[in-house]
Amino acid sequence: MREEALIPHIGVVTEIRQDTPDVKTFRVVTPEGEKPFTHIPGQCAMLSVPGIGEAMFSITSSPTVAAYLEFSIKKCGCVTDWLHQMEPGQQITIRGPYGNGFPVEGDLLGKDLLFIAGGIGLAPLRSVINYVRANRQRYGSVRIVYGSRSKDDLVDYREILEEWQTDESLEVYLTVDREQPEWDGHVGFVPSYVTELQPDPSQTVLMCGPPVMIKFTLAALKELGFADTRIYTTMELRMKCGVGKCGRCNIGSKYVCKDGPVFTFDQLGELPDEY
Amino acid sequence: MRKLSLVSLPLLFAAIDERMPLYLPVRSDGRVEFTRWMGGQDIAFTGNTDRSAKDFFFPQSEELMRLRREGKRVEVLDTRREAEDFVLFGVRPCDVKSFDILDSVFLAGPVDSYYATRREHGVVVSLACHLPSSTCFCSAFGIDAADPAGDVAAWLAGDTLYLRANTEKGERWLAAYDTLTEPSDENAIADLQQIRDKVSALPLAKLNTAVFGGDKLATFFDLPDWESLSVACLGCGTCTFVCPTCQCYDIVDFYTGHGIQRLRCWDSCMYSDFTKMAHGNPRTTQRERFRQRFMHKLVYYPAEHEGVFGCVGCGRCLRKCPQALHIAKVMRTLGKED
Ligand SMILES: Cc1cc2nc3c(=O)[nH]c(=O)nc-3n(C[C@H](O)[C@H](O)[C@H](O)COP(=O)(O)OP(=O)(O)OC[C@H]3O[C@@H](n4cnc5c(N)ncnc54)[C@H](O)[C@@H]3O)c2cc1C
Ligand code: SF4
Ligand code: SF4
Ligand code: FES
Repeated sequence: MREEALIPHIGVVTEIRQDTPDVKTFRVVTPEGEKPFTHIPGQCAMLSVPGIGEAMFSITSSPTVAAYLEFSIKKCGCVTDWLHQMEPGQQITIRGPYGNGFPVEGDLLGKDLLFIAGGIGLAPLRSVINYVRANRQRYGSVRIVYGSRSKDDLVDYREILEEWQTDESLEVYLTVDREQPEWDGHVGFVPSYVTELQPDPSQTVLMCGPPVMIKFTLAALKELGFADTRIYTTMELRMKCGVGKCGRCNIGSKYVCKDGPVFTFDQLGELPDEY
Repeated sequence: MRKLSLVSLPLLFAAIDERMPLYLPVRSDGRVEFTRWMGGQDIAFTGNTDRSAKDFFFPQSEELMRLRREGKRVEVLDTRREAEDFVLFGVRPCDVKSFDILDSVFLAGPVDSYYATRREHGVVVSLACHLPSSTCFCSAFGIDAADPAGDVAAWLAGDTLYLRANTEKGERWLAAYDTLTEPSDENAIADLQQIRDKVSALPLAKLNTAVFGGDKLATFFDLPDWESLSVACLGCGTCTFVCPTCQCYDIVDFYTGHGIQRLRCWDSCMYSDFTKMAHGNPRTTQRERFRQRFMHKLVYYPAEHEGVFGCVGCGRCLRKCPQALHIAKVMRTLGKED
């Protein structure tokens, strides 16, 4: 029988880390203990708990990690609830990788990069950031603006503190929505923080977060003189097949699972405003 | 080209069905559906089937695989089987064309193996449309009802059935029945023009397709007409289920009592939860869902398929919508025709 994209492989969850009250990061390998497949930062995979269902997640680990894939998953429904209550050693199914990914070996080479993330939106960008860190000399400056509701909702906070903030080749700007004890960093929403930072519009932006954050940050960036062609984002639509056939993720003539999820805003401008 | 006298048709059908299951349009209880041949049936040579023939390649519900989960262990059981040979006889020109549209989705990489095996093993025998219905408008989409595609094309003229192989598969298939048919002159069917005249005289034949196409997003997307067009839509999904080119699907897991079946089932962009996500629904009201179905056929699909439309003018959505909403009405309204 020929290959079938819809038939998944077995994955074993080897490590589970509680990142925030509702986000856990899962390490997945094959039953033989290997990385399930190679990917491009920004690509996704369909994970499933048989009997419960399948759901699409960004691969948050960098392709330069040879041993496993990682997924940061927010608890919000049937599949994600189940994933959150499992223990290391649990088998699940995995298929992918899906989508185009960010052009890390194309348009982004040599560019000054500005990453803007909100909440769980860090997941796909973390893959790019760590890929860039592993190939540091091939990219220009790297700035990261990351915000969430509170300090406890910052995904991968340990890695950000211990690795990114100590990496002299990166600038990291964290913000939380409201004042809180034990937080002496910036307070305020991502869009206004971006305006405050007055970034140079010659940078290439990679942005991912909740729709409201995207909307207002995009407006702020355009105000600052950023061109639509220089702003990348990743789209999240309901998905079932991941291979451009089931019709769920259709926006105009494009399928987000196949033609996306990474788009520039000028590409999105060509599509109906239905996302 | 081969021919046989209509009185010998039952012999041909019997011979076909002996080799592989034969399905053809059969009238029963006021409906016409593709049904396994068994002799003595009321075969519908005119009009079209109520449901389209897409079920044969893309069934309403099918098992994709089986799964097991026990404690920490998970198993995936590939239960796929190669399809068996079968024949669809009497597929109308519009429905034959719909297979091209389904192919463009399911056979584009990565190939959908479930669909592909049925396509490989199915022989499509089309039938020129001698008596189209008042709801038909295939000619508006450039389909020639007098000269259909398919592995083998068939014509009924007087008391004779003519058969012509269009593909290599059709040629091999047709040759197997050489003892039942006799050779015929290519020009034997005199009424091709008659069919074309009949089709072009249909009330919807002049529907204007020229105003639609892949570059017409901005022209139509924000028109206020979508509101009045969709206001009566119930979101029942009937139009998408009967449509030969609609191919959206859902994937669901089902406990059988012995394990887990992962099923693929038809889905509909007309359903309110089709695009619903945790942080909202990009298509909030029935207006957006209704617009999606018709924009997809008239603009989005042509944009990616060299201008070919995603509708074949079969007229099923005209006949079946409980609210009399349909693509012809949409095309007339958007195209500002009376
Ligand atoms: C390309 C892509 C990348 C994604 N990456 C991540 C990621 O890295 N981390 C993460 O936590 N989540 C990610 N998601 C979202 C994730 O797929 C959904 O949260 C998940 O499908 C919910 O499944 P569930 O069974 O737990 O919820 P359900 O029980 O199915 O539903 C709970 C709620 O979630 C909604 N929902 C269903 N599917 C989606 C969806 N695809 N997106 C948003 N809401 C949905 C339902 O309508 C319902 O309101 C991504 C989605 C896409 C399409
Ligand atoms: S257009 Fe008609 S058939 Fe289609 S969903 Fe609406 S009411 Fe149902
Ligand atoms: S949209 Fe209507 S007329 Fe067109 S192919 Fe589908 S059911 Fe037939
Ligand atoms: S998820 Fe099925 S078409 Fe994109």
